[in-house]
Amino acid sequence: MERYQRQIILSQFGREGQNKLATAKVLVVGAGGLGCPVLMYLAAAGVGHLGVVDKDVVSLSNLQRQILYKTEDIGLPKVERAKHYLQQMNPEVNVTTYATYLTTQNAVEIIDDYDMVVDATDNFPSRYLINDACVLLGKPLIYGAVSNFEGQVAVFNADLGNDKRSANYRDIFPNQPMENEIGNCAEIGVLGVLPGIIGCIQASDVIKLITGIGKPLINQLQTVNLLTNHWQTFVIQPSQETRSLIPTDLVAFKAKDYSLLCRLKLDIELDAVDFQSYFDREDVVIIDVRETFEKPEIDHFHHQKHPLSTWEKELPSFDKNFIILFCQSGKRSLEAAKILSQRDENKTIFSLKNGILHWQNHHKINLNEPS
Amino acid sequence: MKIKILLFGQLKEKLDAGFIEIESMEDSDLLLAKLKSEFPVLSDISFRIAVDKILIAEKVVLSEKSEVALLPPFSGG
Repeated sequence: MERYQRQIILSQFGREGQNKLATAKVLVVGAGGLGCPVLMYLAAAGVGHLGVVDKDVVSLSNLQRQILYKTEDIGLPKVERAKHYLQQMNPEVNVTTYATYLTTQNAVEIIDDYDMVVDATDNFPSRYLINDACVLLGKPLIYGAVSNFEGQVAVFNADLGNDKRSANYRDIFPNQPMENEIGNCAEIGVLGVLPGIIGCIQASDVIKLITGIGKPLINQLQTVNLLTNHWQTFVIQPSQETRSLIPTDLVAFKAKDYSLLCRLKLDIELDAVDFQSYFDREDVVIIDVRETFEKPEIDHFHHQKHPLSTWEKELPSFDKNFIILFCQSGKRSLEAAKILSQRDENKTIFSLKNGILHWQNHHKINLNEPS
Repeated sequence: MKIKILLFGQLKEKLDAGFIEIESMEDSDLLLAKLKSEFPVLSDISFRIAVDKILIAEKVVLSEKSEVALLPPFSGG
């Protein structure tokens, strides 16, 4: 216990905190810029079991920020080198390595073994995949992400008691961005210390969650700007619509293709202004993807009802070549449009931007039940 | 009355500024519509709007003192 003496003497922490760390199991997905500091501090603090997922090998351009690795490690698998150095630093820590990408096929099995998950990945498909898996498996998720000189950190899906969970990634960014929207990691610059700082905040919140001390970033998004030293905390409001964007169960999760959703380069949102011009066209079918009980009822134009929640069982088919989908606020219909675009590549598929409520406001139309 | 809008992440690069100032609007929906018409590039990128440090889930009324920020998602790690 002498190894941990300086944290054990912290009155909130104590031997009890140290014992909690020793029996904790934490999975870190990504052993790169964020993953390195997360792993190093969790190993040093005495987290009993660490899992590391990464398929990459060390490359020269990693070394500017991925501080676990040395020049001589170039070309070697990151998870193996990480395990080697972490156990050198603290032999009391067990490290399990997974030299693979996290996919819908292996995620459930891997994540289920751990108490919580750290998102230290560098791409959107992985971030959405991990978020959805953690929601379905009921695991807290400690999220971190960086871009240039700025970072974001938050704790998602924390257990609030009474079967309640805190906000998750989709409560901030409901839909996965298309590839052409935001540059991916290989192209964006990053100052090496940035993932160091963000990773350290992630490690700190992991320790707080395990030991039950302090206030982790639950329902909060912390932003850090290194150029201005501006740290800001934003409140995340959980949204009711979020759950319908996540697969209903593990079977549906395994069938989802997260990487394809990101590869789609589409301009699939239809502005409210233009919506009306499609109402009477022969080649157009308009689909309401809301649940059947949702208001307002729409009787201003012909449409069919196919709630998104039923799509996992059976994807609806349409004989028209032009499909316009709508929901309350435009999030579910966007998800639906992406799903449909995968199957019906030759059809034109649109999602009504910002949903039917926005269209209703826009046209000041008195529908059955004003919202 | 002008309102100052803080930009985060890649929105800074897209608009080549750390913040923008535009004529304030009555509520966040109207402000968003105005932003998108003045800066069409905002229609091509995902972001969330925060008012007074809250990532708003629905329309909120804006005042002279409202602090508005636009936050895009980050993928890097």
